[in-house]
Amino acid sequence: MTFRMFILSALWAVVAGPLAADQAPVEITVGSKKFTESVILGELIVRLADDAGASATHLKELGGTSIVFNALLAGDVDIYPEYTGTIIRQTLSSEQIDTIDQARASLADKGVLMSAPMGFNNTYALGMKKPVARKLNIERISDLVDHADLAIGFTSEFMDRADGWPGLKRHYGLLHENVVGMDHDVAYRGLESGSIHVTDLYSTDADIRYYDLAILTDDRRYFPEYHCVLLYRADLIDRAPRVIEALRRLEGRIDDESMVTMNARVKVDQFSETRVAADFLQETFSVDSTVTEQSRWGRIARFTFQHLFLVGISLGAAIVIALPLGIVAQRRPGPGQVILGVVGAIQTVPALALLVLMIPILGVAAPPAIAALFLYSLLPIVRNTHAGLNNISRSLIESAEALGLERAARLRLVELPLAMRTILAGIKTSAVLNVGFATLGALIGAGGYGQPIMTGIRLDRTDLLLEGALPAVVLAFAIQGLFEILERLVVPKGLRLAPTG
Amino acid sequence: MLELHQVTKSYGGTVALHPIDWSVPEGRTSVLVGPSGCGKSTLLRLINGLTEPDDGSVRFDGEPLRPQSVAALRRRMGYVIQDGGLFPHLTARGNVTLMARHLGWGRHKIEQRIDNLAGITRFPEDGLDRYPAQLSGGQQQRVSLMRALMLDPTLLLLDEPLGALDPMIRFDLQNDLRDIFRSLGKTVIMVTHDVTEAVYFADRILLMREGRVVQDGTANELIRSPADEFVTRFINAQRRELDEAIGGTDS
Repeated sequence: MTFRMFILSALWAVVAGPLAADQAPVEITVGSKKFTESVILGELIVRLADDAGASATHLKELGGTSIVFNALLAGDVDIYPEYTGTIIRQTLSSEQIDTIDQARASLADKGVLMSAPMGFNNTYALGMKKPVARKLNIERISDLVDHADLAIGFTSEFMDRADGWPGLKRHYGLLHENVVGMDHDVAYRGLESGSIHVTDLYSTDADIRYYDLAILTDDRRYFPEYHCVLLYRADLIDRAPRVIEALRRLEGRIDDESMVTMNARVKVDQFSETRVAADFLQETFSVDSTVTEQSRWGRIARFTFQHLFLVGISLGAAIVIALPLGIVAQRRPGPGQVILGVVGAIQTVPALALLVLMIPILGVAAPPAIAALFLYSLLPIVRNTHAGLNNISRSLIESAEALGLERAARLRLVELPLAMRTILAGIKTSAVLNVGFATLGALIGAGGYGQPIMTGIRLDRTDLLLEGALPAVVLAFAIQGLFEILERLVVPKGLRLAPTG
Repeated sequence: MLELHQVTKSYGGTVALHPIDWSVPEGRTSVLVGPSGCGKSTLLRLINGLTEPDDGSVRFDGEPLRPQSVAALRRRMGYVIQDGGLFPHLTARGNVTLMARHLGWGRHKIEQRIDNLAGITRFPEDGLDRYPAQLSGGQQQRVSLMRALMLDPTLLLLDEPLGALDPMIRFDLQNDLRDIFRSLGKTVIMVTHDVTEAVYFADRILLMREGRVVQDGTANELIRSPADEFVTRFINAQRRELDEAIGGTDS
């Protein structure tokens, strides 16, 4: 059997080898932001690209527009879904751009191309319960002028923004007096109970389907347009022309209702984004794609591996660098103050800011997360090494000197063993903090326990959130335990007898 | 052996030691004695280079003490301090043999030496594998002495070696120490503030006051022909204390 297998596989290699080499799939990285619609669109791109012969990976739930756009510029992401309003008002805000054509030209200068709109427009909108709207015969926002007695509940943000309610009121000449600010969820419940009649929402919210709402047409075009487009690197045209061609099929094919439906299937019906995207492609383009979904334990194993990878590498590097830094800081008080000052200052940089600052240098995914974790790990180790060495009594140092030990030998044979307990405590602090900080890595595509936590928050699903939060707590405890054992091995027995050191 | 030439030391404007010349007598025990702050400890620290002189030179076996050479020279000087200065992370054996191991001595040679030293210092064999925290004060000082003697130095420096001990233990160790000094024939410099102890150990006593050596002589010379009134006062002060204490119990 073995022989036949061998012959067969050898034959297969001869026949299929060259073929496979010719068709080595183009590797494409798709990005998406940390809200459901973006993740669904990312999955659509991945499935279509795979169908066109590419091998696509999805860096999903990236922490914000600037993170994913910078990753696109840096080449860590090849393509991602974006909104025209966001491009004009946020990404290119420094360039005084008004029209989408100007935006297209400006992006092209940066090596970024923009597709035609997918069809839907995810902007601010006003919504009412369908039966109420039908009864009062309201279809457009201007129809509200004749119904100034309606009660309106807006989110506080919409109430306060100049381009929110105040502007809308002026633009349409609305005279409503009964307008209150409230939380989004409260507003929906208010609509249900009839205590309010109108609220603000996003035009592709899953809740539109869930609460069966009618969207009022923005007939006097007050709200800015947030048409969904794909932004991709210009080099993709040469690298993966078939993928670009396949993706163009999406243009104009996803209308508001399709998008609301897809959002609702994920948020309300709890299907995975992958499944929803695959179903849409099947229905719309008859594109078949296999959906393999990992089991819960499979996912946890993957997140654990990613998390340990982030923590392990960053902590290891921090020990290698921080220990010598701590020694130098203790030996030379002048430079020592600078070292302690700098590692202390790093600690005060907010985590997300540090992660974002890393992106131009290190791109997205694991490298910038590891670099940031490494920097955060320095302080406890440097400080404890410094303190541990500083706290050794003068008479012990002099005893070592008087024996005739040279500086290096004194450090190795006497000072470091005496400081070991304190140094180890510093490393333990770093390790435990690191487990917590590493959850933020998911914001820049590094995976780990932060991924299910973000997904859980986004979908309001506690079970998913706990898939990340519980293992993170368990890991932190495990690390504590590991260090207890390590202390028995590394801290000399004589010091454990006499805690005075 | 050891020569000091015009050695001085000040700490922030306060003179700890006025210029001093001293040729340490070889194979003898010299005791530096005087009230606290007289400069006796400073003098000892200058000899093994823990403190650097402001001026003057210290020569050991003809070689000047310099930062580059001091580590090597110290291996020929044993040093014992008041609280022992034992490394808490090492056993008694680890403390005693640290330097020999660092210098790459063979195991056999180390074993032999430590057996020999345990005998000389009357340190119990089973105590060798205990940690300092598990030893009494007297035992700690014996370990400290073994450590100082491990490399068989020609010069032995002791800074108040009995200062922190209970009277009984102190008495035992005092006897043992004198026997060790006599049998080994090493050059010994000891610092103490206790005249009785000085008289007990010393071949020569250097009585110090405010950074100067007031008198350098045998115990007899200090008592019979004191250099000045301070010498008599210093010696009598402690003797009178003893007399009064004894007289007090009599009446």
